[in-house]
Amino acid sequence: MARILGGITTSHIPAVGNAIANNLQDDPYWKPFFDGYPKVHEWLADNKPDIVINIYNDHGLGFFLDKMPTFAIGAAHEYKNEDEGWGIPQLDPFPGAPEMSWHIIEGMVEDEFDITSCQELAVEHGFVVPMQLFWPGAPLHPDMPKAIPISANTVQHPIPTMNRALNFGKSLRKAIESFPEDLKVVVLGAGGLSHQLDGERAGFINKDFDQMCMEKIVSAPEELTSISRHDLVRQAGAQGTEFLMWMMMRGALGDNVTELTHNYHIPISNTGAGTMLLECE
Amino acid sequence: MDINDFGHHSHIEGTTLFDGKRAMKGYALNKMCYSFNAGDARAAYLADPEAYMAQFGLNDAQKQACRDENVLAMIAAGGNIYYLAKFAGIFKLSVQDVGAQQTGMTVEAFKQKLVDQGK
Repeated sequence: MARILGGITTSHIPAVGNAIANNLQDDPYWKPFFDGYPKVHEWLADNKPDIVINIYNDHGLGFFLDKMPTFAIGAAHEYKNEDEGWGIPQLDPFPGAPEMSWHIIEGMVEDEFDITSCQELAVEHGFVVPMQLFWPGAPLHPDMPKAIPISANTVQHPIPTMNRALNFGKSLRKAIESFPEDLKVVVLGAGGLSHQLDGERAGFINKDFDQMCMEKIVSAPEELTSISRHDLVRQAGAQGTEFLMWMMMRGALGDNVTELTHNYHIPISNTGAGTMLLECE
Repeated sequence: MDINDFGHHSHIEGTTLFDGKRAMKGYALNKMCYSFNAGDARAAYLADPEAYMAQFGLNDAQKQACRDENVLAMIAAGGNIYYLAKFAGIFKLSVQDVGAQQTGMTVEAFKQKLVDQGK
């Protein structure tokens, strides 16, 4: 049966893609951020997952406001990285795992999560930047797992609740663990941490809140479900709601996890940037 | 009942929650900005912004905000920041440029404000 090895979180800021393209990893501005990744690389090299479930939020490439799914799961043979408006060079397509995608969709709808299935889904920085950070050279890294994208809506309110996000992850775990092949799976939670791009409060970052979230998500994620969506916007910033992706990932990891690495740095672009590697027990 | 008669969200200082009401108000503007994912669309806008805005049916407030490249006015007219970021990209504005404009700071002062929050 398929088995979840662990989860990795990261921020997915577009500027990171530029920094990678320009080899700025050792630049003084970027080094404290990129220092969070070598331990992740070691763990991935040791464990070599077969499948990566990439939980992210589309920022207006794969979906528009005409039809906005709350939870969408990719079920394609490959996912194309397309221009999202800034003319950044596109990466090669990411190979998919449609058999497992459909198994997850079947399992989660059976479990009463109403999923939008996507046989075509263009992917942008929210999906691509974490892949580049964890598998340098992605998708051409020799150990690149096959990918299943899961996108949750944080573009337009109403967005999911923290409780729903955690429960989504729990249901995802059940679906993955019932897949009949012996595959190793890693789950990504991409986005956050605190930031706000719009309005007179643009530039808002909340270090205390981010650090509290990074602590609680390890051993007490249920406590975070008491944060209302309004409070999440107030405390994490309008785009800090991307922390929902971390909650979805955490739900998929089971009750007990071991924190293997933890990095937090302010600022990367307008954001408090967090990276964690949590291994399932 | 009119869509403007109800509000689901209480106020957060300096923050516009993009909900159904905003989504309806800004639909034409956001749809135009969504089109800017494509390089041809970006070029078409630069070649003739008035014709491009008319094609998407922007209202006068949305058009004026675009002419002025005024992000707060675009938000007031229903713009969603994720789509407006594509508009900003046409003019090579970073999120720090956009943040400085909205907060009335210089870009350098805005960047310093970001750094200071890490201390």
